Amino acid sequence: MRVSATERTLNYAILIGFSLIVLTPVASILVAAFGPANASAAREGAFHPGNFATAWVEGRFGQYMGTSVLVAVIVVSLAVLLSILSGYAFGTMSFRGEQVLFYLFLLGIMVPAEAIIVPLFFDLRTFGLTDTVWAVALPQVAQSVAFGTYWMRAYFKSVNPSIMDAARVDGASKGRILISILVPMGRPAITTMVVLMFMWTWNEFLIPLVMSPSGEFRTAPLGLAFFQGQYTQGTALLAAAAVMVALPVVVLYFLMQRHFIKGMLEGAVKE
Amino acid sequence: MRALPRASSTIGAPGRHTARQGLAITPYLFIAPAFIVYALFMLYPLARAVHLSLYDWDGLSLATFVGTGNYTDILADTRLRAAFGHAGAFIFFYAVLPCGIGLVLAAVLTRAKVRGLALFRTLVFLPQVIAMVVVSVAFKQIYAPDGLLNSVLRSIGLDGLTRAWLGDYVFSLPAVGLIGSWVSTGLVTVLLLAGMARIPAELFEAARLDGAGAVREFLYIIVPSVRAELTVALTLTIVASLKTFDLIYMTTSGGPGSSTTVPSYEVYRRAFETGQVGSAAAIGVTLTVIIFLVTLAVNRVSERGA
Repeated sequence: MRVSATERTLNYAILIGFSLIVLTPVASILVAAFGPANASAAREGAFHPGNFATAWVEGRFGQYMGTSVLVAVIVVSLAVLLSILSGYAFGTMSFRGEQVLFYLFLLGIMVPAEAIIVPLFFDLRTFGLTDTVWAVALPQVAQSVAFGTYWMRAYFKSVNPSIMDAARVDGASKGRILISILVPMGRPAITTMVVLMFMWTWNEFLIPLVMSPSGEFRTAPLGLAFFQGQYTQGTALLAAAAVMVALPVVVLYFLMQRHFIKGMLEGAVKE
Repeated sequence: MRALPRASSTIGAPGRHTARQGLAITPYLFIAPAFIVYALFMLYPLARAVHLSLYDWDGLSLATFVGTGNYTDILADTRLRAAFGHAGAFIFFYAVLPCGIGLVLAAVLTRAKVRGLALFRTLVFLPQVIAMVVVSVAFKQIYAPDGLLNSVLRSIGLDGLTRAWLGDYVFSLPAVGLIGSWVSTGLVTVLLLAGMARIPAELFEAARLDGAGAVREFLYIIVPSVRAELTVALTLTIVASLKTFDLIYMTTSGGPGSSTTVPSYEVYRRAFETGQVGSAAAIGVTLTVIIFLVTLAVNRVSERGA
């Protein structure tokens, strides 16, 4: 398409202007994170990478990051496994109640955590299960499984049936077909799902906030909220902590951005 | 919906036919593990939320049945009315404004094939992957009395406009809302860019031969062509706006007064701070119903127009 030089310049101006709007908050927190934490530090210079180590220790981020990793590993591995199994059934088999069951799973994509968190807390408290890693992880497994079932069903439906038929003629069982043919073939779809589930779990706030009232299983985002409440003076350490909390997902995003964008755009329920 | 070839292959192998029917339980075995976790930690709590919402309960003592009292309270209680009103404002900031900006932005970028579009896409999508708590910390520092926004205002001589943005009764709501716009706009733009890339070039050429300018091209070709993407964008962002919890928790706690509180924050406050568990459950259920209706409505409107 031909456009005039003026329009082209204008377009670049818009492109750059908009990028600046997006980058300003990101840059401002990075600048603050490397800035002086207090007046005496300010006298020693303007660049303070030591803030990260100080925030890590003072904010107990070693512990919180550890919890976050534990929760993420549990949620992602369980949810991926369960979603592959259920998606396989919905995508390749027909059975009674299939539609009703599938719509039940779809429901879970729309239900906000706010709706289930209240009964979850009080019911699990009755059984003495709050303040366990399971109370933090399992509700998130349920959320992720709703999406995962939908996502994997779409993948299994997209597989050419002749591939499965050929394997069946060779005498492969349903489980064998899944493990040795469909899962390896579906690596891109599964990777996208893993990446999304990891991001959702790492960034989740309400569920770990409520389900671990003592703070024993406080995840990294909660650690940041707690740190903000504790250190009201000075912004450098808080900014450094914020950067550390965001970093794992942001690094993953830069490495696998195609999966992030594809997943979030295609994952929207359109049925 | 089901693929037919598989059904015929079953008929073609009569010897196995009975064996496969004997395994009618197989699909349920594959679904069972997922369904059990899902039922225990999603479906059951959802039903329990409906149940709890019919009671007046402080979380400790005996609950009293109040019927739909907690629901009528949503209309009667001024703080709750305000919360749902703010949810409407958040829909504007999270969904309507980003869709408006995203449409123009994506259209401009589609019209002129500028270089650096891939990098631009990476950048504008970035806010979507940063934890909301981190976004909140960043913006809290920007909005602080001695923060970036006020410094910029002072440097251009607009000292009169400076204020503690998040502590202001009038400006805190748009200030928090604009954080939502910052998060949403990239997602919407990337979605619309993908949609616009699929518009055939001949369509633009034909329009230009007819003498259509940029504005008419935008209204009659671009917007109708990305109807599906716009539907997805609106659904995603509206639902995100209704789920805004961490942002409010981190920046204003609903204040000052109740000027930035939203339904999801009221769920937390009532259930875990003020001992109004039934009311909290009722708000959560109402929120779920609203999300459903909005999703349905947005998709209906888009289908009817198509």
